[in-house]
Amino acid sequence: MSWGVRGMTVRFGDHTALEGVSLEVPAGRVTAVVGGDGAGKTTLLRCLVGALAPDDGEVRRPDARRIGYLSSTSGTYPDLTVEENLAFSATAYGISEAETRERAAAFLDRTGLTEARDRPAGNLSGGMRQKLGVIRAMLHRPELLVLDEPTTGIDPVSRADLWWLIARAASEGAAVVLATAYLDEAERASWVLALDDGRALAEGTPDRIAAAVPGTIRTSTARPSGDAARRSWRRGARWRTWSPDGAGDAASQGDPVRPDLHDAVTVAALARELERSDVGGEAA
Amino acid sequence: MTPLAEAARVTRRFAHLVAVDDVDLHVAPREVVGLLGANGAGKTTLIRIMLGLLPPTDGSVRLFGRSPSRETRRRIGYVPQGLGLYDDLTPDENLAFARSVFGGEAGTLPATIRPYAGTLVGRLSLGVQRRVAFAQALAHRPDLLVLDEPTSGVDPLARARLWETIREAADAGAGALVTTHHMEEAEECDRLVVMADGRVVAEGTVAQIVGDTRVAVVHTDAWARAFEALEARGMSAALVGRTLRVPGVDPAEVARALGDVPAEVGEAGATLEERFLQLTLGERGGAAA
Repeated sequence: MSWGVRGMTVRFGDHTALEGVSLEVPAGRVTAVVGGDGAGKTTLLRCLVGALAPDDGEVRRPDARRIGYLSSTSGTYPDLTVEENLAFSATAYGISEAETRERAAAFLDRTGLTEARDRPAGNLSGGMRQKLGVIRAMLHRPELLVLDEPTTGIDPVSRADLWWLIARAASEGAAVVLATAYLDEAERASWVLALDDGRALAEGTPDRIAAAVPGTIRTSTARPSGDAARRSWRRGARWRTWSPDGAGDAASQGDPVRPDLHDAVTVAALARELERSDVGGEAA
Repeated sequence: MTPLAEAARVTRRFAHLVAVDDVDLHVAPREVVGLLGANGAGKTTLIRIMLGLLPPTDGSVRLFGRSPSRETRRRIGYVPQGLGLYDDLTPDENLAFARSVFGGEAGTLPATIRPYAGTLVGRLSLGVQRRVAFAQALAHRPDLLVLDEPTSGVDPLARARLWETIREAADAGAGALVTTHHMEEAEECDRLVVMADGRVVAEGTVAQIVGDTRVAVVHTDAWARAFEALEARGMSAALVGRTLRVPGVDPAEVARALGDVPAEVGEAGATLEERFLQLTLGERGGAAA
């Protein structure tokens, strides 16, 4: 089965949180929704799980009991122990006690939570709590697993465990959708939707998004001057400059590089920024 | 060149716990040093020692060639992960408040965030809040910046802009110590120091730290089957797109473990994150043994 949203628009008062966004999330695939704070990631995910009704557009999702959802603000009951948290979910989703016990034990063991079984979730470290939240969300073998920034602020060791759980859920056939602010993480997904200010900036496999960058990106050691400065950004010790038409400020501004997902999303955001400032300039 | 900050053989114990164990660390002018470590690796304790907020049990800390003091504190710009801004004050008011605490020169907001000068911080986007926090930390022209996950949660362009600010400060002679969990951020640093279990386990540029570490890579149309097959043999595979990466196992062994799952097994250089995990988990394994 394939779930997803089509032509979705969400408004909060006079603020448009999402505008005409579409996303297919087929079974067994890990999809990353990437963007900064305020890009619309959470709004999209909330619509997908049915926590929010869009003003316009279509949502296809399985029955609520076949969905697993970890919100960015809470996913566990702080006063319940790790085991109680899982037992509570199991009851809510109608999974047998025996299966819950076996499945939960395997996941807790694999992610280093076994020794924390009897601790209240509120006393866990951020990484442990997040792992518990993901295990809770996937315990009932959901068809659609939606995770809102599961790895933000989480240390790399816990992050590796979280990604193991994500891969495990996808290998069991779940359509997995996760939000992240980090592109190196999005690169691990097999499909990426980049959002900016409520609109889709780019969509596709990470490779295809990178290959679709219009124009040329060049790298140089010195900061580009003149008009090119507006189209440049720093990455590591070097500068990158984007030329929309490919030629333009060519030779003097460094060597062409093959863009990666990071470059592609930066360029898309830059293009939006330039468009806005040009429109603003004309209006003024 | 005298380091801006220098920890020499620093150890910190809390009762029976050795949080920081015989660590050397220095930050030179114009240098951005990244401090990496899992939770509990000792980063926060080390930062607190470096800031002069916590005395070491053993070893010594020098800031600008002297012992940490109120004077040395004034030469540091610190941006904590929570940013340390007052939500119910405007950016201008936040800056004025910081100035009254630190004294010294009047900080100004960079042109790009001037339009937000009169809006309450709590109403600004995280990207703008981060720039305000940077402006505040840089207002007194500190010689040393200490930044905790400075660009967490912002989009790539905003992240690039924040890094421009860090780099500008470094080009002007300041040094920066950046703690982070994210490899993208780590890769922006000039030099990395990796901590595990209170000790420094690797140090250098990304290339130096990764070295010639290799991982087995599985290309297959049946990644889910391959994932389960490897798991069943105790090999932990990481899913990247539709390929699986298996660190620390010989490709031939991976191929054997895959059995009849149709797959092509090759090898690739490790990423910084893979190398980091190996260093960290290797250390833990060693400690447990």
